[in-house]
Amino acid sequence: MHLDDLTNTSGEWLKGSGPESDIVISSRIRLARNLADFPFISRTTAADRAEIEKIFSGCIAALREANKMPEDTFYVQVEDLEDVDRQFLVERQLISREHAEGEGARAVAIDRAEQFSVMINEEDHLRFQVMHSGLDLESAWQQINSLDDLIEEQVTYAFSNKLGYLTACPTNVGTGIRVSVMLHLPALVITRQIEKVFKSLQKINLAVRGLYGEGSQALGDFYQISNQITLGLTEEELSKKVSDVVPVLIDYERQAREFLIRESHETLHDRVSRAFGILRTAQTISSEETMHLLSSVRMGVNLGLIGELEIATINKLFIHTQPAHLQKLSGLELDKFDRNVERAAYLRRQLNTDPTSESDPTQN
Amino acid sequence: MKCQKCEQRQATFHITDLVDGEPSELHLCEECAQNFLSPSAEDVAEVMPAMAGLLAQHLAVGETADQLARLDQRACPICSITFLEFRKQGRLGCPHDYVFFAEEIEPLLMNIHDQVHHIGKVPKRCPQGADQQTQLIRMRREMKEAINSENYELASELRDQIRDIESPSPPAADPAADED
Repeated sequence: MHLDDLTNTSGEWLKGSGPESDIVISSRIRLARNLADFPFISRTTAADRAEIEKIFSGCIAALREANKMPEDTFYVQVEDLEDVDRQFLVERQLISREHAEGEGARAVAIDRAEQFSVMINEEDHLRFQVMHSGLDLESAWQQINSLDDLIEEQVTYAFSNKLGYLTACPTNVGTGIRVSVMLHLPALVITRQIEKVFKSLQKINLAVRGLYGEGSQALGDFYQISNQITLGLTEEELSKKVSDVVPVLIDYERQAREFLIRESHETLHDRVSRAFGILRTAQTISSEETMHLLSSVRMGVNLGLIGELEIATINKLFIHTQPAHLQKLSGLELDKFDRNVERAAYLRRQLNTDPTSESDPTQN
Repeated sequence: MKCQKCEQRQATFHITDLVDGEPSELHLCEECAQNFLSPSAEDVAEVMPAMAGLLAQHLAVGETADQLARLDQRACPICSITFLEFRKQGRLGCPHDYVFFAEEIEPLLMNIHDQVHHIGKVPKRCPQGADQQTQLIRMRREMKEAINSENYELASELRDQIRDIESPSPPAADPAADED
């Protein structure tokens, strides 16, 4: 199993198959852990980091051998990767930007289905995540909890009875858990209600970020809702705090969509059709414009305004039109100008072919 | 003394803030101090990771520049991070910092989480309390030094002691977990 094997596929979480998957893209839970007998990352020496990496790679190898981790789990030394490959993993949501840009020995273990990834030597010694398609926090928690149990059998974590799992940043101490749900909320953006939603979420201590962690102007109208607090509540309670609010947001978004259909059907239909038209015919297109247009198309498919496209295909296009993905798919090193040309060509190929044939002619 | 912000109400909050690493004194009324100390909701959402640093900068409410400067110089005996470094980076240096800077960190945790007690998952094996945690880091360092100075007897003694602390006692019922 090799990193390049991922290029043409897309992760389980993009399949658009889970509950409420017209609006909820994915459910993700990550845990932060540190070994008891090493300093936190910022105070480690290069030798410490190498040792930590070795401990966890041994741990993962043992789990694989004992069939407790899928056999097709693969292990990548992030330090040895080319820039484009690191960027590829970031775009794929398998490592964080900080991990890509970090220093020294660091690694990631990923299963073939891309349901989990285990980052070694990120901000904490260990940060691992489980990602499921649609609204599915409960089973994501079960999966990550048992993964945590398995790793924990082999190592000793920094833990205090009073403060729980000790982390480099006090914002993660306690459970070390971050529960996030990624939502597609184009109608709330169009109807200018999104700011109001944010403000009310912040009041109940939930954070809102974009697809790649950006601020208020989220690319493609994707918003990640996550817990801010990690201490003083159980993992289940924190997860529930997030999952309780999601149905409300789904309901708001559906109402906004219904409102748009009812009050400005032609305008909405026009917006969706123009977006689809541009994506199918453009000769050069930026990543931002692509995300923006794909967002309209995605909503159009959900509302039945475009018939011939699968949600999974659009979900995939959001990721595969990112800079590193385009370069991996074409096998070429491309500057910004060439990427825009290649992106347009890729979109034309994907959107003008028979949607039932998933094969991707990677070469022109 | 009048509040420096609104110049109307009486200043009842005397805050020492760090501006570019230099302590500067602020005298504010209660209302202006509230606004100054609590970052806006947008800030919190956008710079979440920086939040600890941000809050840490405002920890020293009511302390003089002198006291703050002294606090900043305090260094953890295990990882040697100073409080100033923590305030700048918002990241701690080792697990022991939670004990060594407990007095300063507790209000910070209260600020972030509204709670200071963990009630979630507990690992099956963990060091008994903070003392052993600190001991582990120290012993590992001593073991490395022993190896470097070719004192292998001491190194293996230390290794055994580390194992004793790390392994759950009494020995777990699962013999498969006991591998080397």
